[in-house]
Amino acid sequence: MKVDVLSINGDTIKFSVKGVDEAFANALRRTMISEVPCMAIDDIFIFDNSSVFPDEELAMRVGFIPFTTDLKKYTLPEKCECKSDLGCSHCRAVITLDVSADTSPRTVYSRDLVSEDPSIKPVSPDIVIAKLAPKQAIKFEAYARLGVGNVHAKWQPVSMCVYKHETGGDKSGGLFIFTVESTGCLKPEEVVSEAVRILVEKLNTFQEKIRRGEASDEIVEFEVSEEVGRGLYSVGAGDFEEEEGEESQE
Amino acid sequence: MIIPIRCFSCGKVIADKWEPFAKRVSQGEHPKDVLDDLGLTRYCCRRMLLSHVELIDDILKFYGEKESLEVERRS
Repeated sequence: MKVDVLSINGDTIKFSVKGVDEAFANALRRTMISEVPCMAIDDIFIFDNSSVFPDEELAMRVGFIPFTTDLKKYTLPEKCECKSDLGCSHCRAVITLDVSADTSPRTVYSRDLVSEDPSIKPVSPDIVIAKLAPKQAIKFEAYARLGVGNVHAKWQPVSMCVYKHETGGDKSGGLFIFTVESTGCLKPEEVVSEAVRILVEKLNTFQEKIRRGEASDEIVEFEVSEEVGRGLYSVGAGDFEEEEGEESQE
Repeated sequence: MIIPIRCFSCGKVIADKWEPFAKRVSQGEHPKDVLDDLGLTRYCCRRMLLSHVELIDDILKFYGEKESLEVERRS
């Protein structure tokens, strides 16, 4: 395998890979999209929201803001030793927002977010979160966590991750030209190297399972995982089951 | 109503690009040049800004108006 970096331009990296097959190239592409972790707001506690936005929409907008990510400092919540719902300083960063419009309308930008950790901040200071009419206010506390793109698109570190296969008549080999554009949460070269590390780790786990003869057990017991707890709907949506239960008791 | 945070199709952040886009287009620049300048190369992101109508400014006027009416009534 031969890798050449063709260009790194801001958030975009272009590189070519030679001597691999289509399956490997596609595995690398899919790992970058859905397995590389990055920071986004996951849980939010809204204390005051008199803006025209419902809490849910506000939570969704805030959730989609990409945050700069330090992968050495933070771990995925499910892999963190604290095992707590709200997390510890190794698996979450607290972000707060307290804004109000006085006599004239006000636009709330991502630069108004206050982070407890200076290394975790929105990728751009100019992202428009909301607009407030006079006397309206928003106040919340939110937890930014690491997550992966196959759980929610807000944790997808790339906005473009594609490859072009130049076969030159030979379908088994050829040249793969990757173009990867990061959302800004990680450097594009970090996304690629992290994806390679994750892919190698998964392949090693798989190889180890085959060696111990456990791979077939896993295939037999394979079930489609359900979203439990910290999942797709955890941003601001609350616990639906509990609410329904209360209503039926009334 | 308000510019979405990310492009619906690819996930690129666009919410920080609406204000410069709207300002420059209203000053008479061609949208194509502004979009190229802002680094929006794919047509999925370009349509996000091109087809957007910022209605929230009009909606906020009603809230501002309501506030000032209430102040008048009280005084």
